Amino acid sequence: MSGLEQIPILSIILLSPLLGLVIIQLLPGQRANWLKIAVTTATLLPLALSLWLYADYDRNQGAVSYSETYSWVQAPLKMNVGGDWFFSFQYAVGIDGLSLPLLLLTAIVTAMAALAAVHVKKRRKSFFSWFLLLEFGMIGAFIARDLFVFFVFFEITLVAMYFLIGIWGYYNRERAANQFLIYNGIGSAIMLIAFVMLVNTAGFHVIETTQSLQYIYSGSYSDIIRNLSDPSAYVNLTADSIGSNPFALNETKQWAIFILLLVAFGIKLPVFPFHSWMLKVHQEAPPAVVMIHSGILLKLGAYGLLRFGLFLFPVQAREWASVLAILGLINLLYGAILAFRQQEFKLVLAYSSISHMGIVLIGLAAFNEIGLQGALFQLISHGLISALLFLIVGSLYERTGTTELSRLGGLARSMPFISGVLLAAGLASLGLPGLSGFVGELLSLLGLFESMRWVTALAVVGIVLTAVYILRSVLKITFGPQREGLTAIRDARFVEALPMVVLLAFIILLGCYPSVLTDTVQTSVGGFMDLLLATRAGG
Amino acid sequence: MPEQTLFQPLTWSDLLVMAPELALGAWFVLLVVLELLLPRAVSRNWIGGLTLTGLLGAFTLILLRMLESNGEVISLLGDSYRVDDFASMLKLLFLAATALIVLLGLGTVRYDRAVTDKGEYFYLLLPAVIGAMTMASSGNLVTLYIGLELLSITSYVLVGLRRKSSLSAEAAFKYVITGGLSSAFILFGMSYLYGVIGSVQLAEINAALPGALEQYEALIYTGFLMMIIGFAIKIAAAPFHAWSLDVYQGAPTPIAAFLAVVSKGAALAIVFRMMFATALFASPDRTSISSVSDEVFFIVLLVAAASMLYGTLAALRQLNVKRLLALSGVANAGYLLVPIGVSFTIGHLNNMSEFLFYLIAYLLMTIGAFGIHTVVSRAAGHDELSGYAGMYYRSPWLALSMILFVLSLAGLPLSAGFFGKLFIVLGAERAQAYWIVAVMVLSSVISYYFYFGLVRQMFMRSSNGLSGASHSLDNDEDAEEGYGFRTSGTSQTLAAQEAKAGHIETAGSSEQADEESVVQSAEAKMENSLSSSLEQGDGVIRIPWPTGIVIALCAILTLALGIVPGPLVDIIQQLFSFPLPSH
Repeated sequence: MSGLEQIPILSIILLSPLLGLVIIQLLPGQRANWLKIAVTTATLLPLALSLWLYADYDRNQGAVSYSETYSWVQAPLKMNVGGDWFFSFQYAVGIDGLSLPLLLLTAIVTAMAALAAVHVKKRRKSFFSWFLLLEFGMIGAFIARDLFVFFVFFEITLVAMYFLIGIWGYYNRERAANQFLIYNGIGSAIMLIAFVMLVNTAGFHVIETTQSLQYIYSGSYSDIIRNLSDPSAYVNLTADSIGSNPFALNETKQWAIFILLLVAFGIKLPVFPFHSWMLKVHQEAPPAVVMIHSGILLKLGAYGLLRFGLFLFPVQAREWASVLAILGLINLLYGAILAFRQQEFKLVLAYSSISHMGIVLIGLAAFNEIGLQGALFQLISHGLISALLFLIVGSLYERTGTTELSRLGGLARSMPFISGVLLAAGLASLGLPGLSGFVGELLSLLGLFESMRWVTALAVVGIVLTAVYILRSVLKITFGPQREGLTAIRDARFVEALPMVVLLAFIILLGCYPSVLTDTVQTSVGGFMDLLLATRAGG
Repeated sequence: MPEQTLFQPLTWSDLLVMAPELALGAWFVLLVVLELLLPRAVSRNWIGGLTLTGLLGAFTLILLRMLESNGEVISLLGDSYRVDDFASMLKLLFLAATALIVLLGLGTVRYDRAVTDKGEYFYLLLPAVIGAMTMASSGNLVTLYIGLELLSITSYVLVGLRRKSSLSAEAAFKYVITGGLSSAFILFGMSYLYGVIGSVQLAEINAALPGALEQYEALIYTGFLMMIIGFAIKIAAAPFHAWSLDVYQGAPTPIAAFLAVVSKGAALAIVFRMMFATALFASPDRTSISSVSDEVFFIVLLVAAASMLYGTLAALRQLNVKRLLALSGVANAGYLLVPIGVSFTIGHLNNMSEFLFYLIAYLLMTIGAFGIHTVVSRAAGHDELSGYAGMYYRSPWLALSMILFVLSLAGLPLSAGFFGKLFIVLGAERAQAYWIVAVMVLSSVISYYFYFGLVRQMFMRSSNGLSGASHSLDNDEDAEEGYGFRTSGTSQTLAAQEAKAGHIETAGSSEQADEESVVQSAEAKMENSLSSSLEQGDGVIRIPWPTGIVIALCAILTLALGIVPGPLVDIIQQLFSFPLPSH
């Protein structure tokens, strides 16, 4: 016990980027150094706090629950029925073994990306403003415990990313930004429909005050999950004493919501047919932003799928486990094969992300403890690895002006440090034991092997392919004949080396001591498995 | 029975109830005379100021009456004129919106050479708003029609006020024709209802409809259908919206804002009242809501869906900002029709507050956007989207306010528009109209594309209209952009403009007197170069103080409603005295 639960620690973490945002507005734009210091501090603050929180949570094994709830808007609802009815919008945040690792990942990657933003030369002040707003949105989305709060933060990341891609990207940035906005906009719109359906049915609860009863519909996550899992809750009674119950969540509606959520987060993840926007973003956005996008925002899709799709609708998800597994397999193989064909390093990494997110889906589809652990482990691990890889891409591009594989080569001679880190990151990405990528893949596949053997067998082929394309591109960049004009370039500066070392350290840590992460995850996954076993899906 | 209410004289106490409307009318006559007597040398902005005073006076009178009446409904002249909270609330809205538009007019009209009679520009808004107020209060079809015509006829004149512009004349002509068509449809539909029922009172129609349906089902359907078509023309709902693009484009920008907000709002309000006071009725056996009623409401939903889809899809390729805003108005008319069209269900009677909240949000963001457009188009010398290019550099605060309005129009969080749409979506879902929820949400997403087109212009282009990307044609992008955009060819001038704009900005926010002088010098400059005002476009954005007030007010309220919508929702819900059908 450190007394951490006495203070609104989550809100402090959430608001610290906003504070930084306000501070940099007051700084003169020409003072680049001041800006950098302010931004770095603003990102280090949530990092330090979430590390502390993580350590504290781990020690207590999730015994202490951190959550904060404040009423935001109470909108009266007129009904043809007596009583006081309300729509309630509340600010509710909280953490569990699922959000906490992702919160920490967000804090780490953002802090490193802030250092990597050294490559940003124009309009720094606005860049950092949007950057901090993006961090605010991401942290909020991971700790939100209310559907509308989640939606609001989700949309904030959307707007911030739009500006970050559209203003500071490469040549085709505007098209990339538009595609990003529209695809993700459609995703969030579908999500909103699902959320509204959920709130109007399962979001129901009654508050007893001294004078009267208040009937409330809200997006509170805890109320919704309680209503859904309680077979005697009003929402699960398809017929009530008067007749049919219009506010019940019958079978059809549950399926509709589940599929809507699957599509909404599938776009964000991205699942195979919806992935084209993310290639554009990887290609056009500035490296610091891609670090965040690939490292965190893609995880937001998987997190949403897990938190709202699987946790709320375990029965439906269980029935569709094979669909999830096959979608994951397609992602894995499609990403791997196309990554092998790319001539542009950034695209290799983009397809590699698709491929690795496939493993997350496979882990989810396993529907047992090992698989879910694996999926979460893969999320965190891939977040760190892809952030590291894009950090290196940024440094490479700054020096060579290209990321075409055919125009790079022999960099190990002039940049031994960067090349070494690149190789290490590549090895982590292909799943070398001792690095974090291995654990995630192993656990996911082990989990799936219990239920769907042939899918697992095919997935292993994908893993082999991963090794092929990663080694192909990494070796092409670092070894071989040195290209003209690439001889005189310098190795990493301190400000570049620092985040590389930090990220690599975390990758090695997770690879060697996976229990640092799995113990925390266990507190949530275990609970979910109990819940699952208690429902029809488990039997 | 109809015979009892055929004639009921106006009493003195009735006059007192109608005081806001009557006072405005008197004020209008006074201003007409004053304008005739004032020497030409006197600036017509005085008339504008007096118009504003009149509007604020009426606003206060209504507010006082509302506080005093405490939710009680007063009906005059045999229920043909109802003063209830629904009406009062709408009147307050119309008056406030008109006041904002007068302020916008004060900021623009003196620079507009094409407007020859600058006094008319202001005082003609008074009868228009009286018309809107009458519509909001009408309890019978004839009052409704009179209000509508009063509003329409004055709007025809207002649209044509830019006498030296052929576009304006064209717009006015088109507006007269379609407006006439609309009135014809409405009257035609009303005549059917009257023919069948024998009364023009909304309440009596409602009571008699279930019985009449047994014999005259087809006639009643036709009546409602015609009226809905007529009103759809008035509110520019697709597929009856085509006039609005040309009319908004030709009209002076503040007048376009008036049409988009007050005209549309009044017509929507009357659709609301008409639908809920007449069409919503129980079937003869009083056990369920009648199917005819359901179908009439369904038609409204169809019009809503068509408007949302057409408004957003057509706007994708629109490059003229005024036409873009007109299409945005079409889509928004669709959103506002949803709470009307989903009708009442057991689990959902929130239609009124959803409608009013979104109407307020729509009012703020639309007037704000039109307000920004008045200054931007004057700086650019045209109405095209490219006029917004690089606005962030020239006038960052203006660009940030525009982002806010754009977010609100697109329905993104922390803006009034977000909560407005969220309430409507929540309500429609409760009424189990899933398809309209899907149409609404998806059309909002499509609308991101063109709303963010404005953002793209403001933040990602430089003001020579080129894409910011164009300077990075060569490979060495980072090096070239190393000094930000100041290294590019146009940046010298831009930097200078930025400085100038910045100066004017600070003046606007600190000292009004300073601002006045800037405006005057700007005016002098305008006079000199007026013949070439269309191709002037030196890119410097000057914000006259009345426009600045309007933009700031709209931006602050849009943000405030996006963060704390609670108080407004409470107020609206408390005032809810709209008569529910008695079944």
